[in-house]
Amino acid sequence: MKFFRMLRRSIRDAFKSVFRNFSLSLASISCITITLIIVAISIIVTFNVQSFTREMEKDLTIVVFLDNDTTEEEVNNIRERLENMTNVESLTYQSKSAIKEEMSKESDVFNEVMSTWDDEDNPLKDTFQVKVKDVEKISDTAKKIGRIDKVSTVRYGEGMVDNLISAFEAAQKISYGMVIALILVTVFLIINTIKLTIFSRKREISIMRLVGASNFTIKTPFIVEGMVLGLFGSIIPILIICFGYIALYNHFDGYLYSRMITLIEPEPFIYMVSGIVLVIGIIVGMIGSASAVRKYLKI
Amino acid sequence: MDLIRVKNVNKQYKNGVTAIYDLTLNIKKGSFVFVIGGSGSGKSTFIKMLYREEKPTSGEIIVGGINVAKLRNSKVYKLRRKLGIVFQDYRLLPKLTVYENVAFTMESIGATKAETRKKVLKALELVGLKAKIHNYPDQLSGGEQQRVAIARAIVNEPRILLCDEPTGNLDPDRSMEIVKVLEEINKTCGTTIIMATHDKEIVNKMQKEIVLLKDGRLIKHLEKGGYEE
Ligand SMILES: Nc1ncnc2c1ncn2[C@@H]1O[C@H](COP(=O)(O)OP(=O)(O)O)[C@@H](O)[C@H]1O
Ligand SMILES: [Mg+2]
Repeated sequence: MKFFRMLRRSIRDAFKSVFRNFSLSLASISCITITLIIVAISIIVTFNVQSFTREMEKDLTIVVFLDNDTTEEEVNNIRERLENMTNVESLTYQSKSAIKEEMSKESDVFNEVMSTWDDEDNPLKDTFQVKVKDVEKISDTAKKIGRIDKVSTVRYGEGMVDNLISAFEAAQKISYGMVIALILVTVFLIINTIKLTIFSRKREISIMRLVGASNFTIKTPFIVEGMVLGLFGSIIPILIICFGYIALYNHFDGYLYSRMITLIEPEPFIYMVSGIVLVIGIIVGMIGSASAVRKYLKI
Repeated sequence: MDLIRVKNVNKQYKNGVTAIYDLTLNIKKGSFVFVIGGSGSGKSTFIKMLYREEKPTSGEIIVGGINVAKLRNSKVYKLRRKLGIVFQDYRLLPKLTVYENVAFTMESIGATKAETRKKVLKALELVGLKAKIHNYPDQLSGGEQQRVAIARAIVNEPRILLCDEPTGNLDPDRSMEIVKVLEEINKTCGTTIIMATHDKEIVNKMQKEIVLLKDGRLIKHLEKGGYEE
């Protein structure tokens, strides 16, 4: 009970103090705002990239072409070897006649051409389609498969996904760097804001100490003040996230450029991102105020 | 049992000045003690050690069962809640009203609004300032400001009231009023009062327990007496 009473008082004092030194608080709040906007954008981009690379990866398949003179026994041997590979998730076998049939069904043009082929002429190849467990090792697995006897070519969405991922990873590193730099600047500004609050309330603090306020009681309002700065700083970023992302999503109808790149649905995604941004704002505020208290509130 | 026990206490400041030499004395519960002596004799240092503003360099100080010399910084508040402290310069918060200044103590220790109200009014009644609860410190005379400071010090009903030259800024009549208020508190609440002063007239008139310091040494400790050098 007493704890909550003190906490309520701390929160009230913190809000009062933010408004009393508003011009100073504003500097900290703006800095947190900018930081959090960038944080929000990086989170949104990262999650979207992760989401659609995962989608693309699901479709990645190694296609294994077998030589024309492969006997049925050899096909079974190869199947067994593939199944025993650690990174192989599943595989399906299609004989060249089965492929021919499937393709013929797909289009009349194919049908016309292919109907003239008998089994001997069929230039298609028997294939295995292999799905892997770990997409990052797909090229290793493909190489291994290529070394198997009677296997001619191995194909997978070579390069494309890799390039995409590494491009986004580079972008991510840059945004991490920016966020860290901005957080440092923000913490520095918050430390200064809280420092001035502490100095402006020196007299009050010394009397509190004199009349028997615990250290916790004396320090908490200043720590809460940093958290309040963080809270105020996250308001605009959260509005941007919520309205901006919904507008973006609606504008592109949920797709970017091609159907392959789908955006994450706004709900509950925006709430999650807002939550993260709010928590980061409050934590950064708390780190700043806690270090100011440790440094300047000697009691 | 003595409320305050001081044993073989020495105090040397960081700059090398020794303010208290081998001080040993006990103070009983309910006493009214004048700590007297010339300027620089160590009165303030003695008081400061009692509320743990300064730590003794050596020796033992027990205040209300708390070993003050060994008290950790984070636990000082426990000592302060047993004490009220009054200074020469009042140390009120200028932006708070009389009521708020006195309530400040109660809020600092997490009292409820109801309890705060009850005790603040009682304390202000005791010092005779109930009529001015909505005034600000700068609307009061020096004597009135000091009475607010006393109310703030006793509002939580401490066992001991420490006063360091509380009449130092007041004329003789106002000074006498303050000391009468302290005597009233001592009588009605049983609060032990320790007052450092170099005001001869007051000490002589009151004829209370005296602790006489000179150059940091205890010269006399009398149950009852006037000012002597
Ligand atoms: N914070 C301090 N640092 C160094 N010396 C001090 C400090 N406070 C007091 N002194 C010295 O200690 C001695 C006693 O001072 P004080 O206790 O203030 O005496 P009084 O209150 O009786 O005038 C004096 O010589 C004074 O100069
Ligand atoms: Mg003094």
